[in-house]
Amino acid sequence: MSKEYWLPTGDLGIVIERADGRVALVNTTDREKLAVIDGLGDLSHASAVFSRDERYAYIFGRDGGLTKIDLITRAIDRRVVQSGNSIGGAISQDGSLVAVSNYTPGGVQVFNSDTLERVLDLPAIGKDGKASKTVGLVDAPGNRFVFSLFDSGEIWLVDFSKGEPVVTKFEDIGKQPYDALITPDGRYYIAGLFGEDGLALLDLWHPEQGVKHILPNYGRGEQRMPVYKMPHLEGWAVAGNKAFIPAVGRHEVLVVDMNTWQELDRIPVHSQPVFVMASPDSRQIWVNFAFPENKHLQVIDAGSHKHLTHLQPGEGVLHMEFTPRGEAVWVSVRNKNEVHVYNTQNFEKLASLPVASPSGIFFTARAHRIGL
Amino acid sequence: MVLKQTLIPIALVGLLMQAGTEAWAQESPAQPRQQQLDYLLKHDCGSCHGMTLQGGLGPSLLPNLLQQKGHTVDSLSLIISKGVPGTAMPPWGPILADDDIRWIANQLLQSK
Repeated sequence: MSKEYWLPTGDLGIVIERADGRVALVNTTDREKLAVIDGLGDLSHASAVFSRDERYAYIFGRDGGLTKIDLITRAIDRRVVQSGNSIGGAISQDGSLVAVSNYTPGGVQVFNSDTLERVLDLPAIGKDGKASKTVGLVDAPGNRFVFSLFDSGEIWLVDFSKGEPVVTKFEDIGKQPYDALITPDGRYYIAGLFGEDGLALLDLWHPEQGVKHILPNYGRGEQRMPVYKMPHLEGWAVAGNKAFIPAVGRHEVLVVDMNTWQELDRIPVHSQPVFVMASPDSRQIWVNFAFPENKHLQVIDAGSHKHLTHLQPGEGVLHMEFTPRGEAVWVSVRNKNEVHVYNTQNFEKLASLPVASPSGIFFTARAHRIGL
Repeated sequence: MVLKQTLIPIALVGLLMQAGTEAWAQESPAQPRQQQLDYLLKHDCGSCHGMTLQGGLGPSLLPNLLQQKGHTVDSLSLIISKGVPGTAMPPWGPILADDDIRWIANQLLQSK
């Protein structure tokens, strides 16, 4: 029997140690590192979701590994290598299914969240007849998963609400969707497009209306700027009726009115944004940047769109995660092998934790959020 | 730009292109710079090509695969420097010096 550490898991979170195939287990109240869990394979682009009881974390690794970690025993519960090359995953509304999206050979695989037995292998053969890389996989209400096909420009909706999965395909949604977000209420799925200007929008309350192309005048534009890191889209970027979206290639954050889907503003920022995240109270927008400007971090007021502060935690600011109610934010500073914790009121550094090559930070409060 | 360094004169780079891999290895960037570039290759190229270069949004860059496709230091340097239009591969020429790029190309072709 593994030793058990019965700490309340609501205080816990994990940080990916990307270079070593490990995750650090952290306590977000005491701001300390509790343990390191080893043996997770290639975590160079890893993400995580949590079981609804907040006991288990499911880590999606670059090498196609899906690892279920027990936060009580601080050990791997089980692990499968489901594909050659994966990019992310999601857990279903009822917590019974974990889905993983893949680059190679493409497609989505769905697993039983208890046993990690595979329940569905869904190759993403696009309209062009070829296997597509899949991106932007999220869970949606009604025990559905939604994802996009990078190569063939499609959005697929997989509905598990009646037991057997039903797949609905939306073709010609735009060129090269690179990532997607679902709004925190689970209603709108928005895919960012790399190959053309604009965004693809699917209203999950009315999938019969199809996918709309919004903000056709926004994107990389005529003078295409090189993009040194693909931006990420996450449900965090929604604050009130506004969505804050990282521009592809431009030094701007785009503000979209979610009632009309018209552009409200373009906020100039330091460089090419990667993550644009709203604090839990929707009052602040935190932005990090692509290489070679990734030592910077900017904070914007979600109401006035004015800059509040500009921090320079160090080279390789890869990810941010707010504590559940947002009094603090944790920041991965990869090249320093540190995770910094900042007070979101006065931007003072509250703590610095030693974590080897930290990247994604994931707190257990995600267990109870749609689309995370 | 902190990263931009030119350690070898342009004429010498031309000479190295002809001289090929062995001469290149002798005239490569200084050791600390090599470590920086190695880190860049692993982490920043790795954000699309995978930290172990087995591929991701971008294709796999494993040496045997590149060799199968007939790549050379010259062809890879050109791609790294100019990018690939119509894909997500950006031009690194504005950020890295030519000798940095050739060193990276050479690293990619070497089996480890």
